[in-house]
Amino acid sequence: MAWWKALTHKKIFWPLVALALIMCFNLFFTPNFFRLEIKDGHLYGNVIDIIKNGAPIMLLAVGLTLVIATKGIDISVGSIVAISAGVVAMLIGGDLQGVPKYPIVFAMLAALVASVLCGMWNGMLVSRIGMQPVIATLILLVAGRGIAMVTTNAMIVWLYAKPFALLGQGYLFGLPFSIYIVAVLVLLTALVTRRTALGLFIESVGINPTAARFAGINAKNLIFWVYTFCGLCAGISGLVVCSTVMSADGNNAGLGYEMDAILAVVLGGTSMNGGKFYLIGSIVGALIVQALTTTIYAFGVPPEIAQVVKAIVVWIVCLLQSKTFRSMFLGMFGKKELAS
Amino acid sequence: MKTRSIIKSRNLPMFITMCLFVLMFGFGSFTFKGFFSLQNFFDLFIDNAYLIIIGVGMTFVIISGGIDLSVGSVLALSTMLSSSLLEKSHMDPILVIPIVLLVGIALGLFMGLLIQKFDLPPFIITLAGLYFARGLCYVISLETIGITNDFWQKASQMQIYIGSSFISTSVVIAVVILLAGMFISRYTKFGRTVFAIGGNEQSAILMGLPVARTKILLYGFSGFCSALAGIVFTFYTQSGYALNGKGMEMDAIAAVVIGGTLLTGGVGSILGTLMGVFIFGTIQLLIAFQGTLNSWWTRIAIGFLVFVFCFLQRVLETRKGARASAAAPAKAKGSAGTVKA
Repeated sequence: MAWWKALTHKKIFWPLVALALIMCFNLFFTPNFFRLEIKDGHLYGNVIDIIKNGAPIMLLAVGLTLVIATKGIDISVGSIVAISAGVVAMLIGGDLQGVPKYPIVFAMLAALVASVLCGMWNGMLVSRIGMQPVIATLILLVAGRGIAMVTTNAMIVWLYAKPFALLGQGYLFGLPFSIYIVAVLVLLTALVTRRTALGLFIESVGINPTAARFAGINAKNLIFWVYTFCGLCAGISGLVVCSTVMSADGNNAGLGYEMDAILAVVLGGTSMNGGKFYLIGSIVGALIVQALTTTIYAFGVPPEIAQVVKAIVVWIVCLLQSKTFRSMFLGMFGKKELAS
Repeated sequence: MKTRSIIKSRNLPMFITMCLFVLMFGFGSFTFKGFFSLQNFFDLFIDNAYLIIIGVGMTFVIISGGIDLSVGSVLALSTMLSSSLLEKSHMDPILVIPIVLLVGIALGLFMGLLIQKFDLPPFIITLAGLYFARGLCYVISLETIGITNDFWQKASQMQIYIGSSFISTSVVIAVVILLAGMFISRYTKFGRTVFAIGGNEQSAILMGLPVARTKILLYGFSGFCSALAGIVFTFYTQSGYALNGKGMEMDAIAAVVIGGTLLTGGVGSILGTLMGVFIFGTIQLLIAFQGTLNSWWTRIAIGFLVFVFCFLQRVLETRKGARASAAAPAKAKGSAGTVKA
């Protein structure tokens, strides 16, 4: 039984089980869920769709994982997505012939700069002024939508510049292009946090900021840069979102994404109380969220109602993370294993 | 002498808020014709009655050191519920109102239970509540439901004249809730316990106060306020729509914070929240009178004001902290530790 124990004690185990359960459910109840087709050299199918549509949430989850690891939270990511989409759309312009107003690369860079600035703003409020992360990012959550609406003059901007579509709709080696963006971002983040001491620093700040400071870690700067990074991730996500629908809608772009991203991170095994973080877990978490959404849609339920299911899942996951609930639950089934 | 100066610095944000309101209203009166009138002042009440009601509940939650992000969605849910019960089930308004209020209270109590019993962070539980209530709206109906009920029509059209200006039914409800909130916060055991929890939860428990019960009831009260605000909102719009009250949690939190209630808990007042709502309303009026600015600037302006007031709170806190630690370093360290716990 030692291998079983070793397996179930791996943090990534339970998220994978959850994902497998949803997939099994689909295997039996949704016809043709696992059918893959090759059209024009691309893979098509529900599974590919899950990965493709999950890309924006995965990108957000990467940045948010680090923020939550520092015992913070960023609920403004959805608004940063809208700002990034708005900036890139305004700079490329809605020319019907698809001639961009400014070079596409320049527009994308400008959008990323805007979102990094948003992240810096959050980071400054949390680390320098010492506001609670929820309130600090709540400001941008609301004001950010206003900024996005003002950027796009409160209109939906439609884009026709073909090359820009690659980001969200394109394919490379038969797979959606956005997967590669996620892969590169995760790989780089994992390298920087796991191959250097940075990951350890982030975790120590999340567990006990005072102790971390006494150990010589510049907690303030660290927190600042973590929020900035989260802004950057949200910016990239915004580019992918904008490119997928080839339009920027300040009102609806990235709406409710903060919820999905937080859910992904928490499902992936990173605790809301800060400390240890699991990047791959968050990616699996994002896949769970997307698979859940796709499954609900497959049953013909309107997307708006899917929120109810997600909210219930969040409550359940929170309960499972609560110590009181666990001991209560274990207490109901005898008193074994309370010590572990 | 020293206590007096601390009380002063605590009330400082509210004084600033009052001055800001007078300044802004004065600015509007001098710049725009027809801005300065009793009716325009009453309009602040009429247009923001629902926000005042939500703000009262939110003030209690924030004074206790918690937060409730679900208020806007619960408002929307209550507009949907009342309109669908009235129009689709043809229920009597006398039954509809209690049912809607009970749903709000139940949802609030449920979230309070999760927060208190299992020691979970309020914002994530109420954030899930936000999506839960919003989703339930769509379960009821994806489209707007108009209300044609007589009672509702009468309630929304009734005008109570004071001099030559008038107020509406919703204003009366808002004022009643406002006065009740003031009374509860100052003169009842419940209100005092809320302040004690916000000041230091550990000490409140050690003092033998009913912390657990109060904390759960608190979220129930906020749910009640949101549901009532939803009913008032339907008086206003004569319909239920699932997108009502989107982002209203921020408006409510903004009003509370601008009114001088500390986000860390323990300090705050209902009157301050009213001032916060007035400032919110005045910004909207100014932008409406100005005419060329996009109404989205309201959001940005509110965000900015919240930032300014949070910043001010932090400055006051650190100054107070510095003074306290200069007087008794050991004591200050102890209190910092308990705040974290």
